[in-house]
Amino acid sequence: MGKLFAVLVIVIALISVSFFVRHTWWMPTDISTTGAAIDHQLDETMIETGLLFLAGQLVLGLFVWQASDKNPARKIKIFPGGSKPVVIAAIFVVGIEILALTFIGSKAWAAVNIAPAAADSLHIDVQAEQFAFYFRYAGPDGQFGGLHPDKIDDGNGNYFGLDPANDVAARDDVVVGSLVVPVNHPILLTLHSKDVGHSFYVPVLRIQQDFVPGLEIPVHFTATQTGKFEIVCTQLCGLGHYNMKAYLQVMSEPDYEQWLKSQEGQ
Amino acid sequence: MHETSAASVAHQHAAPTGFIRKHIFSLDHKVIGKQYYGLALLAVFIGMVLSWLMRIHLGWPAWPIPLLDKLSAVGAPQGVMTPEYYLSLMTMHGTIMVFFVLTNAPFAAFGNYFLPIQIGAEDMAFPRFNMMSFWVTFTAFLVMMAAFFVSDGPPISGWTAYAPLSAVGGDAGPGLALGQTLWAISIAIFCIASLLGALNFIATTLDLRTKGMSLARMPASSWAWFVTAVISLLAFAVLLPACILLILDRVAGTSFFIPAGLILSDKMQPHAGGSVLLWQHLFWFFGHPEVYIAILPSIGIVCHILPVFARKPLLGPRAAVGCMIATGFLSYMVWGHHMFVSGMSPFSANLFSVPTLIITIPMTILTLLLICSVYGAKMRFTAASLFCLGFISVFISGGISGFFLAQPSIDIYLHATYFVVAHFHFVMAVASLFGVFAGTYFWFPKMFGRMMNEPLGKLHFWLTFIGVYCIFMPMHYLGLAGNVRRYSAFVDDYLIPLIPVHKFITIAALLTGAAQFIFLFNLIWSRFKGPVASENPWEATSLEWSTTSPPPFDNFAGRHMVVFNGPNEYGVQNNGTDFVMQVSPEKVSAS
Amino acid sequence: MATTTLPPGADITFDDQGSGKPPELAPRPGYVMQSGSPAQKSETGMLVAVSAIGMSFAAFTSAMFVRQDSSTDWQHFQLPHVLYLNTLILIGSSVTLQLSRQRFAAIPQAAQRASASVKVLSASGIYWLYLTAALGLIFVLGQILAWRNLAVQGLFLATNPSSSFFYLFTALHAVHLLGGMGGLFYVLRKLIRDGGAAETSGLSAFSIYWHFMDLLWVYLLLLLAIRI
Repeated sequence: MGKLFAVLVIVIALISVSFFVRHTWWMPTDISTTGAAIDHQLDETMIETGLLFLAGQLVLGLFVWQASDKNPARKIKIFPGGSKPVVIAAIFVVGIEILALTFIGSKAWAAVNIAPAAADSLHIDVQAEQFAFYFRYAGPDGQFGGLHPDKIDDGNGNYFGLDPANDVAARDDVVVGSLVVPVNHPILLTLHSKDVGHSFYVPVLRIQQDFVPGLEIPVHFTATQTGKFEIVCTQLCGLGHYNMKAYLQVMSEPDYEQWLKSQEGQ
Repeated sequence: MHETSAASVAHQHAAPTGFIRKHIFSLDHKVIGKQYYGLALLAVFIGMVLSWLMRIHLGWPAWPIPLLDKLSAVGAPQGVMTPEYYLSLMTMHGTIMVFFVLTNAPFAAFGNYFLPIQIGAEDMAFPRFNMMSFWVTFTAFLVMMAAFFVSDGPPISGWTAYAPLSAVGGDAGPGLALGQTLWAISIAIFCIASLLGALNFIATTLDLRTKGMSLARMPASSWAWFVTAVISLLAFAVLLPACILLILDRVAGTSFFIPAGLILSDKMQPHAGGSVLLWQHLFWFFGHPEVYIAILPSIGIVCHILPVFARKPLLGPRAAVGCMIATGFLSYMVWGHHMFVSGMSPFSANLFSVPTLIITIPMTILTLLLICSVYGAKMRFTAASLFCLGFISVFISGGISGFFLAQPSIDIYLHATYFVVAHFHFVMAVASLFGVFAGTYFWFPKMFGRMMNEPLGKLHFWLTFIGVYCIFMPMHYLGLAGNVRRYSAFVDDYLIPLIPVHKFITIAALLTGAAQFIFLFNLIWSRFKGPVASENPWEATSLEWSTTSPPPFDNFAGRHMVVFNGPNEYGVQNNGTDFVMQVSPEKVSAS
Repeated sequence: MATTTLPPGADITFDDQGSGKPPELAPRPGYVMQSGSPAQKSETGMLVAVSAIGMSFAAFTSAMFVRQDSSTDWQHFQLPHVLYLNTLILIGSSVTLQLSRQRFAAIPQAAQRASASVKVLSASGIYWLYLTAALGLIFVLGQILAWRNLAVQGLFLATNPSSSFFYLFTALHAVHLLGGMGGLFYVLRKLIRDGGAAETSGLSAFSIYWHFMDLLWVYLLLLLAIRI
């Protein structure tokens, strides 16, 4: 019984770890400037916790194996030193690990969430609603029009509730259903929600930020590779939550300019 | 000053007569404990069936599930679930499991039954409040079940019920009208029941310990129930206000959680000024201690049971208790780690991350103490001890993933993915439940006077142990691949390649679920046909083993128990046995 | 007594502190013998209950602070003056409660001297308790007056967050107070039935609750006066 348990625990531990090590299912390639620090943090944590995990399961298996010895003459043994070395070791090892992870990790976090956006960021307004994302560009005048929720008219494509009749700045705002950005250019998004909570998750950029109704929340990033990637909603927002997504299209500068011109023409 | 008069030493309440008094509205903590257990058993099977339905839909979304259209013609026309029905099954699964199973079984069920006995008392401090707390819990359960059958559908906002989705009412979509209101009412009722229960546990532990039962000599399980009760008291005292405010927003037109300008179903919502994050803060201020309410009793149960079968004392019993207390204390400082990407100030991320990481220290110490208690043991392998050992393994697995989620930078990527689902299922669904299984196999003889079937119990263990790893370990990989949670189907380009993993998990879940029927059968069969149990079949030391199986009405047949030892006197030489009971005046000395 | 041995290094402490003498059988100070006296049990229970209630009101307080700061739509209004009168009444009820308890506390000594004043003390104690109940009732009626005052001004539960919290706090407090009055009648019934035996009536536990309700009200009044 005990030997079976020991073997099982060790086999399970090894199989589990192997999938982590082999990256059988893993994060997509990072295409951001801030993601490398996060990936590094993840790798560090993976190694340290992987070792703890293996050690814990293996030692458990070993002790159970030994404890299953049925020799009646065997006497019980107390762990050498009693509980004190165990407690002290745990405090030290875990404590040091915590310090290390926190110190390094806080930089990765700050780069994403505390550092201000670059001064020359391309500013894009993002609205989440049941069940779509819409993106707004300021247009040639560089000004965003004001938002009037009472003027929202999805049927006519006025997702943001712009008032071009009375608001000059709103006339040239570009509203699209994909997030199109130039590569290697800092982007500043402002997130707001039309109805309930949503969330903006772009795995390849290593960013995730909730939309909070009533708040406007900034998110910034710089994409380093061109391509088409997915943005998905990660906060339960109703029945269409599973299907709420948009595409992030990262284009070269010239391609982006061309795309923007074609949108502004409309 | 507090001398006992003869009157107060006599039974707190007379022995019950009549079926209703004995079995339905009973004041006896043992009956109430069994009632809680029965409710948890019913709830866990309902919750498990819900999870099967969810998993089948995730693996094979177009496949019609037999009989499902009978349960809800609207939710599953021709047996194929609508997205909103999936979400409501998910909401009810989480709610039922967290509240009616994990708060009930290890804490209310076993705690009610065994805390008074383990400390040598006749009953809980307030037997009438105790009875009330069960029936109020049962009422909450009925209200929650009612939410399944309302015309607009059961609630869909998850067990976390984030505002404004949960607060604005039916305009936000199906499942958010009466069903959501009933959910909030049910939880509010549950809070009151939990507060009553916690009150009883605390007063009982402080005031009803028998002669010689100092706090230092209390078994680890009693300590765990006590610490859990304190956490419970303060946590549910915050959830109740949250639910009240939510109900007011839903029915009274207030705007605690709903800001201005929201447009749902093309209608401007008539609310203004509320704070969405306020709900999250209130909820998680309760929600994080809640998960420790779910796990600590199981930790205490394993710390109590493992030495019995290892035939040696728990390593560091005082450190173990200290860790439980430290965990309880720290659990109030970490709630923001559920909200790293919520839009709260990014500076607060470190404020919450540091205590979150620190809380891993007492949890690690406890795990190591348990592992090192196995060192040098002469282990008796029974279903109970196997589940204790299994607990250690799954607790390691579940705890390790916490290291990732505790760091805000990593949480940016892993938040709301299956990595989180893996983490909380391992620690709550698996580890906590393993503690309940261990407790069941261990205490069944005491509760019912009969032994459970050991071979069936062991089979149950092996199948379950392998099964839970097959279900929940792959979820880590899914999370790392960015697989978002709470999706009723996987339609995104990057998720489609992951569906085969989901299918594997579904099959594992169904098989592991089927294995639980072995346990259910064993419970029912042994209740009536199991071999008769002696007073102390496991050769254990604590007070519950110093009375008959099952105990008499007043627990000790009129004896006033006097305690001489702690609960850890195993592995000693005592007249041919290797243990000394807590009530035995045998003197133990060093060699 | 038989002695037993332990393996070296065992992590167990001994009851006799290594003195070699039999374990001490007298109860240690600080804990009670089996079936703790009813008064102590109910006092412990009441302290626990009161902590939970306090925690709930703390949660509501923090909700109010967050709500106030999250938006600009808070409209301040003046508290109805009757609230201040009600406060005095409630404080008065705590005073009458203490006077009652003093009467009952004097009974054991009077009984020892076999004095006839036992009956007088008991009756007097009960009288002060009735007065406490009356003052509590007047307080609640006064709160109703305050709500009617607000209603006349057009301030209802959902009118404005400020009125929402006003009604929430005052109504919840009044509900708890009424619950306490139920407890008071339970205690009164026991006292009358048992001839003034205060120890078993739950009077000490009740007074913890009642004084807490008083203090809670004073806290709420200050909170509302400053923030509403």
